[in-house]
Amino acid sequence: RVSSDGKPPKFQPPPKPVIIDKKTQKEETRFLSPEFIPPRGRTDPLKYYMERKDMIQRRKVFNIPEFYVGHVLAVTTADPHASDKSKRFVGICIQRGGKGLGATFVLRNVIEDQGVEICYELYSPRIQALEVLKLEKRLDENLMYLRDALPEYSTFDVNMKPVPRMDHEEIPVNKLQVRMKPKPWSKRWERPKYNIKGIKFELPEHKMKAAEKWSQPWLEFDMLREYDTSKIEAKIRKELSEELEK
Amino acid sequence: QGLLRRSVSHSLLSFGSITGACRAIQKLTRVRVVDNSALGNTPYHRPPKCIHVYNKTGVGKVGDKILLAIKGEKKKALIVGQKMPGPTMTPRFDSNNVVLIEDNGNPIGTRIKTPIPYTLRRREGEFSKVLAIARNFV
Repeated sequence: RVSSDGKPPKFQPPPKPVIIDKKTQKEETRFLSPEFIPPRGRTDPLKYYMERKDMIQRRKVFNIPEFYVGHVLAVTTADPHASDKSKRFVGICIQRGGKGLGATFVLRNVIEDQGVEICYELYSPRIQALEVLKLEKRLDENLMYLRDALPEYSTFDVNMKPVPRMDHEEIPVNKLQVRMKPKPWSKRWERPKYNIKGIKFELPEHKMKAAEKWSQPWLEFDMLREYDTSKIEAKIRKELSEELEK
Repeated sequence: QGLLRRSVSHSLLSFGSITGACRAIQKLTRVRVVDNSALGNTPYHRPPKCIHVYNKTGVGKVGDKILLAIKGEKKKALIVGQKMPGPTMTPRFDSNNVVLIEDNGNPIGTRIKTPIPYTLRRREGEFSKVLAIARNFV
């Protein structure tokens, strides 16, 4: 380097190394099933604590894998009326609802041109096995619009082989835009309250504009509706890791 | 124009265009006949409708017998699938499915391709013949 006075240049210490501790980062962003987070309300937190204990007990005995809406799952349940006493159903998860032990998820599949949906309870003792066949998040958290979409988007092969998971870190997001059957639909999915990004709306422009009339842009700024779950989540994560180590 | 669309023959039109409300089956509900009987599959300008439910309440769920009006005739039928969500772990179908039946319980068709819920197996005595012709169970 050319110095200003002919003297050697001022000593520049090397930049400090930024240490990214991947372990602690992973701890914070590890998946926490949504039914553990208690809903907003004035109930005694003791009730949710007791439910969480029971949920952890069940998880120790039976492995509930991490899954989101949009994954293709295969569930084997016990049934006294089935041959071999157990039945298997494959489908795409369209909705996860409920909190605590009553947490449910709805699987949808189209069998022989007939759409079938089954709502399963995650913590029911009747469930014998839960396998994730395809890991894939979608653009929305609620895929109820698949009922009004063309049936090809809800058909999944019953004898599908589980797709092997590549990375242990990222779950791919499928940015599929689904084509719908002609209107009428069960709900007016073009309205902004559903906030659906996964449909390819082939409606005329004036209909899309008319739907915007029902938008409520003030909702996202409403402070009374805010529910910050970061501290609650951190507490629950700590509790979970302690209990599962025992 | 909406009336025109609805009156197209039922065997050609998919049942997605009917009102979105999901209730169980009662009088005047349009149903879909699922077996391969001639009466159920020949197209007619009016869809098969329920005219009576053999139940204390007038509401029919899966496993109830109903009276159907098809092609100007009255026929008994058994409900094998409904659009209304039932108890958890039971399937919910996208259309109200029905199997044509005689007065003594014998099915008229010879094959049922669409899936049937396992809960019908509980009443094996009454529906044994219907369950025998069913192919897929859900």
